[in-house]
Amino acid sequence: MFVEVLFWVFAAVLVIAALGVVVARNPVHSALWLVFAFFTSACIWLLLEAEFLAIVLVLVYVGAVMVLFLFVVMMLDIKIELARAQFVRYALVGALVAGIVLGEIYAVVKVRALGLPTFAAPVSHPANYSNTQELAKVLYTDYVFPFELAAVILLVAIVAAIVLTLRRREGIKVQDVGKQVAARAKDRLVMVKMDPEKKS
Amino acid sequence: MITLPMVLTLSGILFAIAIAGIFVNRKNVILLLMCVELMLLAVNFNFIAFSRFLGDLAGQIFVFFILTVAASEAAIGLAILVVLFRERGTIHVEELDTMKG
Repeated sequence: MFVEVLFWVFAAVLVIAALGVVVARNPVHSALWLVFAFFTSACIWLLLEAEFLAIVLVLVYVGAVMVLFLFVVMMLDIKIELARAQFVRYALVGALVAGIVLGEIYAVVKVRALGLPTFAAPVSHPANYSNTQELAKVLYTDYVFPFELAAVILLVAIVAAIVLTLRRREGIKVQDVGKQVAARAKDRLVMVKMDPEKKS
Repeated sequence: MITLPMVLTLSGILFAIAIAGIFVNRKNVILLLMCVELMLLAVNFNFIAFSRFLGDLAGQIFVFFILTVAASEAAIGLAILVVLFRERGTIHVEELDTMKG
């Protein structure tokens, strides 16, 4: 019962935070609402006994991705009043589409044929059960190849982000290592044969 | 006790809010990216709920991979935004119409 009350509280906070992301006028506020939403989601994931992923969500999303978002939002100059043109009209269309999608999802969730209400309540794991350990056992055996692939994706993302934002400016003094290594003495030193003094 | 329809409904509400956000904030690319993150969060909720109620850890493995891909997507997306802003001086969607016929 207590867990259920906790779930409803967190769910309400999560919905409010998600609405805050959508309707906040300032993009910085939106990003901060999104941080709040991720944090609340991590709490709900803890209730669902996905402890490792809850911590990863806080560390990776709140710690890295949202900081990146905030950094970019603050670096770029965004015209808020332009972004808010025709707000009400599109809010109506958006609410209509969102309502239809929500109705469809709810219809699927509530349908009897799927047997969702008949799912037995899962047993809670004992206190010495380690979600991280169990996850690792599966991740490093059955899913070791996708795991390596995920590492490659992260590497590609790092390289792509660096290459995209790398800027070569003209007129600054930097060393070109390739040119330095390729230099030969005969290109630099010119032997000139000439008389020691001018002939009169 | 938390039941499966409760979590699925919550994730549906989250997804619908994100869709509405894409309509409302269609002029601002950064907010569009944030709404996509919100959608991915809703999808992750489904995976974790089914993983819990089916007693199968594969759902949590999938969430792990989704988090990885979403992180790299956010990094590359924001890098593209920074380059776009440097080239054009704006990220306003309606001013990015160079290829418009």
